[in-house]
Amino acid sequence: MATDRSLARRRFLARIGAAGAALSLSGCTRLSQKPWVGDLLAEVEKLTRRAQRLFAGGHALAPEYSEADIAPAFRANGTLDPATTEYDAHAASGFADWRVTVSGLVEHPLSLSLAELRALPSRTQITRHDCVEGWSCIGKWTGVPLAHVLAMGGVKPEARYVVFRCADNMAPAGAPPQFYYESLDLLEATHPQTILAYKMNNSPLTIKHGAPVRLRAERQLGYKMAKYINGIELVADLSGIAGGRGGYWEDQGYSWYAGI
Amino acid sequence: MPFWQRVLGLRPPGPVITIRRHAVVTRIAHWVNALCILILLMSGLQIFNAHPALYVGKSSDFDHPVLALTSWEGPDGLRGFTWIGQHRIDTTGLLGVSDVDGVATPRGFPAWATLPGPQWLAMGRLWHFAAAWLFAVNGILFALWAIGRGHFRHDLLPTRADFKALPHTFVEHLKLRFPEGDAARHYNSLQKLSYVLVIFGLGPLVLLTGLTMSPTMDAAFPQLLWLFGGRQTARTIHFLCAFSFFGFFLIHIVMVVLSGAWNNLKSMITGRYVIGDCHGD
Repeated sequence: MATDRSLARRRFLARIGAAGAALSLSGCTRLSQKPWVGDLLAEVEKLTRRAQRLFAGGHALAPEYSEADIAPAFRANGTLDPATTEYDAHAASGFADWRVTVSGLVEHPLSLSLAELRALPSRTQITRHDCVEGWSCIGKWTGVPLAHVLAMGGVKPEARYVVFRCADNMAPAGAPPQFYYESLDLLEATHPQTILAYKMNNSPLTIKHGAPVRLRAERQLGYKMAKYINGIELVADLSGIAGGRGGYWEDQGYSWYAGI
Repeated sequence: MPFWQRVLGLRPPGPVITIRRHAVVTRIAHWVNALCILILLMSGLQIFNAHPALYVGKSSDFDHPVLALTSWEGPDGLRGFTWIGQHRIDTTGLLGVSDVDGVATPRGFPAWATLPGPQWLAMGRLWHFAAAWLFAVNGILFALWAIGRGHFRHDLLPTRADFKALPHTFVEHLKLRFPEGDAARHYNSLQKLSYVLVIFGLGPLVLLTGLTMSPTMDAAFPQLLWLFGGRQTARTIHFLCAFSFFGFFLIHIVMVVLSGAWNNLKSMITGRYVIGDCHGD
């Protein structure tokens, strides 16, 4: 055990040394391509998450703004139109047959229509959307608190994450489909401002903003807020899903914890 | 002492004495900080390149950035522009458009200035936050040590006499005349002022404006948004802080070289600094 640790420490120090030695301009780029560098840097993500959780806990609310702050042109990013045959058919019928399933580690699996979602208790919030790229837009969102939907499903004790399944296919044409997905842990998922939004600025969501249902998780960056949601799944761990890192962008190297 | 001799930082003619210039804590903190700032600046430019525009306020008014780096396909090829408000400057080759593997490419800052070189936001963020943690811990420990052990009060805090001497010291620096002998035992007024401003002003400011960009930190400490006038203003201030650090770094390097490269560099590694002994003759 002790030798294991000293070996690990030596390896760690050797890596720090190697990192220092290779710190030239091209060296840094080359370093970035090595998997262990990504892993080491990703360890920092855990530290950041713990520190931020220490300060923000489960309840600190994201700032809310006034009607006057709402952006006249809220920028949309990522998929702007899923444009699959199936999605187009749903859009043409006003999403009358759209269902959001709740499955996985729940006592009562659910399948909710838009009408059923709209009939549930709702929350309206004017919040700031922060894109990982650096820009911000303020918008007004109405939806059902995710905590309420999860309570309806009855989360089993072994569940740790909530996975959001989406209708937008990210794979290039011809490749096997790879639908957008995202995940939150239960603390962020049950935060009072985490809602399944079906309205933006008092109107039903437009296609570019994720019609008919998208996630709002106001203490996180934009890529966490999945659009075109058709399934919610409770799981004990994320490793078995797609690339195993908990989200489409996470599988491309972005941090799973997106509080900063 | 002839100019070139001073620049090289060789032993001054005549008797010299060696003083202990920098404590070991100062030396370690200095080099850790130097490494962090290099990584933070370059990875920061990588992050900035994901959306190379700055705004003032709570959110982004895309039509009215205070600074923007843009590209435009014109009759004479791809041109890069830097916009400061409504004022446009052609900066092709450096800002807005620069070569990536020999091909003119729309990019905020050029590949040689960013970490990693290619457009790679996810990796830029990982480097930035890793270095930010080290920068913060290193800076806070140094500040606590400096205050606790009297380094701040004795060596860094400018005295009334320092403020009085400031114009004179400034002119002397412009003439590239630096304190020698006994006067070189202590930081001069310009050094004190710039070190205090950077360590106790710019450092906390860059950290706090950085944290203000985090949506979770804004939930925990909404006062940050009030303090800096909104997330986008905080981002703009963060950028200005970064360039203040860069400006400090440039002047610092020039001063280190002109006032005795080897002697200065050696003193920041071994702690020992050589000065001419005025009482020796």
